Order: sequence, then C-alpha cells, then structure tokens
Amino acid sequence: MADADRKGADLAATTARVVAGVLIFFLAAELVTRLEIVPPIYLPRASTVLYRMFELLQDPSFLRQVLATLQAWAVGLSLAIVVSAPLGVLIGTSEPTYKMVSPIIEFMRPIPSVALIPLGILLWGQGFSMKVILVAYATTWPILFNTVYGVHDVDPIAIQTARCFGLRPAAVLRSISLPSAAPFVFTGIRISASIGLIVVVGAELLASADSGIGSYILFVSSNGGQMDSVLAGAAIAGLVGVAINTILALIDHRLFGWRYLGSAPA
Amino acid sequence: MNPAPTTRTRQATGYALATAKSFATRFGLGIALVVLWQFAAMRAGSIFFPPPSEILHRAAELWLSGPPRRLFLGDGVFQDLLPSIARLLGGWLLAVLVGVPLGVLIGRSRMASDLLDPSLQFLRAVPGPALIPVFIILLGTESTMRVSLIAFGSVWPILLNTIDGTRAVDPLQLETARAFRLPRHARLWRIVLPAAMPKIFAGMRVSLALAVILMVVSELVASTNGIGYRIQNAQIMFLLTDMWCGIVLLALLGCALNWLFIQVEHRALAWHRGARGRGAVS
Amino acid sequence: MLTVEDLHHAYTPGQVVTSNISFEVKAGEFVSIVGPSGCGKTTLLKALSGLLDPTGGTIKFQGVPVRGVPDGLAMVFQEYGRSLLPWKTVNGNIDLPLRYQKLRADERRRRIDDSLQAVSLSGLGERYPWQLSGGMQQRVAIARALAYQPKLLLMDEPFASVDAQTRADLEDLVAQVRDRFDITIVLVTHDIDESVYLSDRVIVLSRPPSTVLAQVDIGLSRPRDQIKTKAMPQFVEKRSIIAGLIRRPTTA
Repeated sequence: MADADRKGADLAATTARVVAGVLIFFLAAELVTRLEIVPPIYLPRASTVLYRMFELLQDPSFLRQVLATLQAWAVGLSLAIVVSAPLGVLIGTSEPTYKMVSPIIEFMRPIPSVALIPLGILLWGQGFSMKVILVAYATTWPILFNTVYGVHDVDPIAIQTARCFGLRPAAVLRSISLPSAAPFVFTGIRISASIGLIVVVGAELLASADSGIGSYILFVSSNGGQMDSVLAGAAIAGLVGVAINTILALIDHRLFGWRYLGSAPA
Repeated sequence: MNPAPTTRTRQATGYALATAKSFATRFGLGIALVVLWQFAAMRAGSIFFPPPSEILHRAAELWLSGPPRRLFLGDGVFQDLLPSIARLLGGWLLAVLVGVPLGVLIGRSRMASDLLDPSLQFLRAVPGPALIPVFIILLGTESTMRVSLIAFGSVWPILLNTIDGTRAVDPLQLETARAFRLPRHARLWRIVLPAAMPKIFAGMRVSLALAVILMVVSELVASTNGIGYRIQNAQIMFLLTDMWCGIVLLALLGCALNWLFIQVEHRALAWHRGARGRGAVS
Repeated sequence: MLTVEDLHHAYTPGQVVTSNISFEVKAGEFVSIVGPSGCGKTTLLKALSGLLDPTGGTIKFQGVPVRGVPDGLAMVFQEYGRSLLPWKTVNGNIDLPLRYQKLRADERRRRIDDSLQAVSLSGLGERYPWQLSGGMQQRVAIARALAYQPKLLLMDEPFASVDAQTRADLEDLVAQVRDRFDITIVLVTHDIDESVYLSDRVIVLSRPPSTVLAQVDIGLSRPRDQIKTKAMPQFVEKRSIIAGLIRRPTTA
C-alpha cells in the first residue's frame, strides 16, 4: 500500500536527518576543540571525550552509578504521579476546592526545589531516600498544576452536552473530563521528568551523595586532570535525558496523537 | 420613610462581605497552613522546622534591619539578594539576547532547523548541575562562571521555542507579505517575529524558571555570596532558621519574577488572547 | 493589461494542473475565472500574481514579463482570517503595505480613511480583525488592497468563506469599487452566478490538465442589481451556457 511505503520512506528520511544532525554536532565539536582556544587539559578534544564515553559505558561500576540515578529519579517521579494526579483531579473537579487551592499552587509553583537540597541533606542524609524525596517534591508541582488545570478547563460545551444526555457527574468525569485532561497531565509528566533529572543529578553533586552520575562527576572533577571523564559524565547524563525525552515523546504521540492533527498546516 | 440609606448600607455590607469572602478563598488556605505549621512546630519543637514566627523574626533581622536612608534594608539584601538577582537577570538576559536572534535565524531555514535539532535536543537535556565542575574548571569561581552557567543552561528553552515559533508562522501571512511586495526585513520584523512571539514568550518563561534553579545551584557550590550561599552556609553551620529564611526568600523571589513576567506577557500578547478567543494565557 | 500565453504548470512531473492556457485581460475589464474543482484556478491566479513560477508559458503584466510580484498589483485571499495580521489593528493592517511605498504619513492616513469609507467600515480602524465578523474582515482585506491603489486586483475565491447574505453585499461592494476606482479585476470563483453577475467576461477552464474551454462575454448592462439582473433572461442564458460547459463529462 502506498501509505506503508510512505511511512517507510518517512522513517528512513527522519533517521537520515538525525544521523546527519548528530554527525554535524560531533564534527563541529571536534573542530572547535581542536582549535585549542582553551588548553586541551581544560577542554579535551571531542573525540577524546567520545572515547571516554565508550569506556565508561562499558565500565560496570559506572553503569551502577547511572542505574542509581535512574532509580532515584524513577521512584521519585512515580511517587509524584501517584500522589499528584488523583489529587489534581480532586482539586480540579470541585469548584470551591479549586478556588481555595489554586493560589497555593500558584505560590508554590515557582519555588526552585534545588533550594531544598541543603535541608534535604540535613533531614535525610546523602543517600537514596534524600534523592527520592527531593525528586518527588520537585516533580509533584508540574504534574499537580497541569492536572488541576487540565481537569478544570475542560471545554464546558462538551460537559454540557454530556449532561444533556443524562450522564451523572462520575460518568461525565470518566468519559469527558479525564480523557480531555489526559494529554495535559502527560505534558506535566514530561516536564516533571526533565526537572526530576536536574534535581537528582544536582542533589548527587551537591550532597556528595554515595552514588549516582552526579557524585561520579564530582569525584572525577575533584581528583584533577580528568576533564575527559568530567565531560564524558555530563554528556552521558545528557544522553540519559535525551533517551527519557524521546521515549516520553513517543508515548505522547502514541496515546495522544489526535491532539496534533488538524493543527496549523505543516 | 427614605429607603435609600438602608439599601446603601446593605449594598456596602454586601460588597464588604464579598471582598472578605474573596480574600478568604484566596489566602484562607495559605494562612491556615501557616498557622497550622506554627502550632505544630511549637508543640513538636523540631529544630528542622522552626515555627514561622521565628523565621519571620530572623528574616527581619537579616534583611530589614538597616538604617532608614537605605529603606530599612539590611546588609543581607546588599550582600546576598542583590548579587543573586544581578547574576540571575544577567544570565537570563544573555540567554534571551543570544537565543531569540539565533532561533529566528535557524528557524527560517527548514533544513538548518532539522539538521541542528538533534544537537540542540542533546545540549538541552544535559542537566545544568552536571556542568558545574566543567564551568568551574574553565571559568573559575567568580560571577563570570555563574552568569555563564545560568546563560548556557537557560538558553535552550528560548532557542528551541523560538525556532518552533519561527517555523510555525502561517505561510499565508508570508504569502500576503510577498503579494504586497514587503521587503525582506519587513517580513522578518513585522510578520515572523510578531507571529512567533507567543512561543517565544513561553520559552522565556520556562527559561526564567530554569535560570532561578541554576542560580541557586551555582551558588550552592564554592561561592562567597548569594542566596544559595546563605542557605548552604546555614546548612553547614546548622542554622536552620537562617536556612528557612533563605528558602522563603527564594520562594518570594520566584513568585515576584513570575508575576512580573506575567504582567509583561499580558500586555505584549493581548492580541493573541483575543485572537484565540480565550481569556487566559496558557 | 494582462497577457497570458501557453501557461503550463505541473507541481511534480506527473501532476500537470494547467496546460496551454492563453487569454488577455484589457484595462478596466472585470474578468472571472471559473471551472470544476481542482482545475487549477488558484494555481493560475498565483502565477498571474507572480507568487508562483509556472513551469511553462509567459505572463505579461502591462507588457512586461512577470518575474516575482510586480508593482501595481494587489491580491485578496479567500482566508481573510489568516491573511490579516492579528497583532495589528485594522488601520495597522491597511497601513502595512503602504509603509514601504515611499508615501508621506498624511498621504497614508488619507488612503486608509478613504479605503475604509469605500468598504463602509469607517470608524472601525482601531479594532482588531478578530473583533470583527467574517464579512467585515474580508472588507478590511479589500480595503487593504484598495489603499494600495493597484492597477490590477486579483481575488481568489474571496467570498467562499462567508454566508450567502454577506456574499451578496460583498459582491455589490466589489462592483461599486470597480466603477469608482476604475481598476481591472480578475476574480477566481466556483460560484457561477457570482461570475456572471459581476463580470464583463467569464473564462471557463476545463478539468485538469486544464485549458481554456471558452470565454463567455456577458454583456449585461451596468449598474447591476442582485434581484433585477439575476431575473433577466440574458443572465439565465449566460449562466446555463457556463454551467453546461463546466458540467461536460470530457474536456473534448
């Protein structure tokens, strides 16, 4: 079928573009670092960093650090979803609750959770629980915020139509409000996911945590002369971020692809 | 037998009640929570969660204890708050001044934005804190390092959103511009930029939040002043009340910046809300 | 004023939309172009305006071959909502093309006021387009074209997106405007009644790859009236001729 052919061609084109894009980035980085504007001890060649990245990705002790970071991130994020999503639905559907709670959310929203890292260290030490609690706190707000507004701002016409057909509030919630709000909740999760990564790596770095990518970066940077490892660690953290973003984007398009149809012409 | 005064008093009372009610709904829960905290802290006596009254007292000592000619602002404001804000705004403005023009340039070319997208997505995904050691080694521990870190970390949402907004300009608007023989620079300044403004503002907003995070994080490491430094210092010296003062100050700073930004955005994008037929900015 | 010779356009090698289109438009004429869906009416108009480079043939505007958008030509699009800039007021929208025409500010001001008056929208200059109804927005687009003082006005199905009542009002507006400003107008439309009502001549295109099937002279007297003109036997006759041409099963 022509459709399948076109999809195959699209996929090939996209892959080619991504590969070309990655190559361009690497070549540009290599060129810049070879110019030695900064001495190579401080800014090694891109190829050196890349080589170190390959080494690290085959080193079991480093991979354990990556796993530790991901574990703390995942557990924290899941906690936030499990708490904020239902809470957000409750707040969003009850008008009086919404009016009372939204000022609080608006106030808490701009607070940078990284400010709580020192407090977190005092309260919960430098280990797994501290990271999880901080990640959970930081990731709660975008999800809560998006859920509350997603549920609250459902198109009133859709709700009125449902009521006309005799649907009771619970059914309206299930069949209209929740599906309508779901994409926004997921966007909140996507935002939270990247914030969570920043917080966990930040906590690891600043708390000299006992494990994680952040603590690895801190370790190699304080031992002097290992800039390739420092940069490789940061780059791998970036790759982890890219992987998370890509997976979430794919899920978003899979589940909520209908949202992107009928937008402005491509 | 004049009914007017009674109606007027009833109206006035009604109005007062309505204002009180609206005040209560807006701030009621917040005040209740603070009061709750006060009582809980006084009963439990945990050093980690000092009562709000203590925090306020210490905050006044730190920041409002100065002479009248300085608006009562204490040393803390000049030593920590102002440098922090200066670095924050410096870094963020740098990000805006680099991100928007670059974003428009890249966004105008479909090929360029497609090819650069993987690089930008990667650079944006690197968590800011992971780069602190890099920046310290390359740029030292002075303000330059912090401003650069803030700028580098917060440029990505602006850049990516600007590219997005530039790409999404309605082709019919560009065609209209061509049909009326508008010169190229006019197409850029009068069509592309205004059309991309909503997305650019959204990017700037995310970027501002990110800049605050990076400012704090950069001050938690090897610094000598700033709000983050205060919090870190307080942690080391086990001065919990001081630490909470810093946290509250950051909360207020974050809210203030957010509010300011919304005011500007509200005016600049009034047309956008009207055109989309909704009241609220997303 | 406008000469089209052997116009040919294919979007991709296999997709020939128009081929071998030739016609002339004299100064002061009102010409409509009609045809079945997909016959490339819009493509033709875009080529005439210089927005599109045709794959073959020549177009001459005032004797000069068209390369890019020539001076002295204005266009009104079907989707007024997307063509007017939402961040500018009505005045701002009309003013925009004039700013680059080397006119003095008071001259621009005068043209804006005159054009708004010509489309019966005086006093609405400080509103934003999205505050106006669809019909009014299209009037603003027409005013914008008028203020530009073009010699040739191209209109691409300008009334397809408004309701029937508004359409009738706008049709009369265009007729008045033509008489008052003495512009040459080329109007693309799918509405046969409209084409007969407004034009001096109707060019009928065939199905793609489209050619000129016929050019029908209308010859109805002016000024025309929505009710009286449409009841006249000549109107009905011309209308049937054109409808018959469009509905023919083959292109011949």
